[in-house]
Amino acid sequence: MPVERRGHRGPTPVVLLAAIVTAAVLLPPAYLVLRAAGEGSAIVQALSARSTLAALGRTVLLTTTVTTTCVVVAVPLGWLTTRTNLPGARAWTAVLALPLAVPSFVGGFVMVSALGPGGMLQDLLEPLGVERVPSIYGFWGAWLVLSALSYPYLYLQVCAALRREDPALHEAARSLGRSAHQTFFEVTLPQLRPAISAGGVLVALYVLSEFGAVSMLRYDTLTPLVYIQYTTQFDRGAAAVMGLPLLVLAALIIGGDAFTRGPARYYARAQRAPQQRVPLGRWRWPAVAACVLVLSVGVIVPVTVILYWLARGLQEGARTGLPFEVVTNTAQAAGLAAVAAGLASLPLAWVAVRHRGWGGAMMERAAYAGQALPAITIALALVFFVARYASPLYQTLGVLVFAYAVRFLPEALGATRTALLQVNPNGEEAARSLGVGALRTFARVTAPQMAPSVSAGMLLVFLTVMKELPITLLLSPIGFDTFATTIWSATSEAFFAQAALPALVLMLCSGLAVLVMLRREEVTLA
Amino acid sequence: MRRPTIILLLLTAALGLATASCGGGEEPLTIYAGRSQTLIQPLLEQFSKDTGIPIKVRYGDGIDLALGILEEGRNSPADVYLTQDVGALGALQAENRLQPLPSKILEQVPVAFRSPDGLWVGLSGRARVMVYNTDTIDPKTLPPSVLDYTNTQWRGRLGIVPRSDGFPEFVTALRLVKGEEFAKKWLTDLKALSPRTFPNNIAALQAVANGEIDVAFLNHYYLYRFLDERGEGFKARNYFFDNGDIGGVFLVSGAGILDTSKHREAAERFIAYLLEKQSQQYFADQTKEYPMIAGVKGDSKLPPLESLKTPAIDLSNLQDLKGSLELMRQTGILP
Repeated sequence: MPVERRGHRGPTPVVLLAAIVTAAVLLPPAYLVLRAAGEGSAIVQALSARSTLAALGRTVLLTTTVTTTCVVVAVPLGWLTTRTNLPGARAWTAVLALPLAVPSFVGGFVMVSALGPGGMLQDLLEPLGVERVPSIYGFWGAWLVLSALSYPYLYLQVCAALRREDPALHEAARSLGRSAHQTFFEVTLPQLRPAISAGGVLVALYVLSEFGAVSMLRYDTLTPLVYIQYTTQFDRGAAAVMGLPLLVLAALIIGGDAFTRGPARYYARAQRAPQQRVPLGRWRWPAVAACVLVLSVGVIVPVTVILYWLARGLQEGARTGLPFEVVTNTAQAAGLAAVAAGLASLPLAWVAVRHRGWGGAMMERAAYAGQALPAITIALALVFFVARYASPLYQTLGVLVFAYAVRFLPEALGATRTALLQVNPNGEEAARSLGVGALRTFARVTAPQMAPSVSAGMLLVFLTVMKELPITLLLSPIGFDTFATTIWSATSEAFFAQAALPALVLMLCSGLAVLVMLRREEVTLA
Repeated sequence: MRRPTIILLLLTAALGLATASCGGGEEPLTIYAGRSQTLIQPLLEQFSKDTGIPIKVRYGDGIDLALGILEEGRNSPADVYLTQDVGALGALQAENRLQPLPSKILEQVPVAFRSPDGLWVGLSGRARVMVYNTDTIDPKTLPPSVLDYTNTQWRGRLGIVPRSDGFPEFVTALRLVKGEEFAKKWLTDLKALSPRTFPNNIAALQAVANGEIDVAFLNHYYLYRFLDERGEGFKARNYFFDNGDIGGVFLVSGAGILDTSKHREAAERFIAYLLEKQSQQYFADQTKEYPMIAGVKGDSKLPPLESLKTPAIDLSNLQDLKGSLELMRQTGILP
């Protein structure tokens, strides 16, 4: 229910904290601008080159189509798995989040091995008389693969928002004679706006920064152009210049998001009642089929290919194994990063939601900018600043966690913001008027209400940190192997059987993390 | 999340910081290794065992590590940088980040396989080859020169990896040996046949084996990893240009010592160790590369080094590399 914006001056330390977090998150864009500035007049020439403009066009096309597709897929899927009597709903949620566990450097290769010419799909279809499969290269392949790998950014946010939605509104609509269908479009969907908006921004920024899949699928967006500058000439300046349009596109996306999500508030006024699940009736099994269809590209294909690697490697006597240390290292780093990003997102979300004026909103939006940059640029930016200005801390666990938090803060931020929007400030005001301090009020009144949504954001950070590569390679303590480094080290040299086990365990851990979060949330809500 | 959990996590972080910053004991040699951990870790550990010098190794992509060293600036913890790709050594050299190696190390390696300024040295060698699909291609019918692959019969059948891993170095060799105009025409003709481009050697090799393309112009040693994992039934093999053709241009992996290294003596010992006979034999046996020193036998599956012609050019020269990339861009081979 949209409510008027409330004037609410928060304590200044919050603003200060928000400013510090914003400054940290702006390190990668600052680095990019710094490096690009060194190029001088070459900037205009490089950016106006026909190849750059063509790549820009492809980037815009791919970003808009993939984001739209993800919204169309994730919203109904979120509704099916949280609001209906879909068989095994919780397990579906865990499995549907799994594409997030596929590292970008594996995703493209796996897709081509499975769906490309002479790949597994073709082998399967050949006995049926199918000689050729449609080409996976170019726009359609990139669209399919990126949509299949990135919809969970939206899906997890939508699920979290749906679980938090006040059922009273829903019941009121139904009792006023609206059909289930009308209720969804007139009540539920508008309530989902902040979540869709936050998730959509993450998908769009992900597409901008994606390298592994688009380069395998031969759809050259801007990010591969940045990589070419790095890999062929080690030219950090020229690479930064190619990254500038990404920042501009990010600004447009973030601005568009501000427009979509509007100034509304979304909180329940009354005591919450438990949500009722909609019976699907004869649509139950078609709904299951829809879930399977969505999973087919993003989960079934990678898992099949990886299992095939494992089986084939074992058959040929390849060694395989997974040091337990890899699991604990990854869990530790990802857990700490999730907590750090979750905590850091609080002051930013607070100033954006609870403060009058544009300052807070600007800070919160600026925090997203870095997310559009290629992963290697972000890693180099952090190397640059930490090695030069905080060198005793360089390549320690603390700095690795800091780097992850900077990289993935936007993933937590959207969820935290959505959570805060769903908290009715009346409760806080009541506590304050009874003489309870600001911090205590936050801890006792606000935080418990925000917990489910914030933990969805932290989960997202946790899942993506587990597969993060360039930052881990450059900034981790020496010898600190994670899932991502282990998988990369094997696949980059064609030891596929060796990569299989860590890749499968990574997916298993991701699924478990989702299940644990759902379980906690059910306990909290009950 | 509950408060005790958060406090616990923060404590763990603090502990991590504390233990990381108070090492103590003998200072280890820090190696940035842009080569496969699986392949070279045993060798590096053997070095530590044999010499008693403790080592810390950061494994990663050679290009990322070189870029990392450049951004680390004076505070780089790296003593030695090891890579697959001499272009990366060239990048460090261009920013004056390498220090000269002693002549007793340099002299072990033929002039063509080390930096003319004595700033890095080759550790192992790889040849450019044409990988072909064993179902569709009879190797006897393959052209003996890479220059003949601009014939229209190869339209859409050839794969290349233009972005890294040897192709730009090949173009440099082509320009230096045959001249700028010739190279330009060859690349233009090649582009007209719409070669399939791949982001790396492994993807291209896989495409040859799947029959997506018939041949691909790659480095020789990736094939052996596939054969190990997939057995002899794997449908791709190497065609070596062992007749002195420029297609067989020889590339090296190499190593150099960083200008900021505080452990110069240990670093030199490390590089010297990698050039000793048993290390060179390790490269030949385990990574199926060519040894750099005389008296070490290469793998029996490979044609002997003497049969491959190597143009004497400095493939780490970034100026030359820039020219090649520019030409590749002009001719549309690179976007």
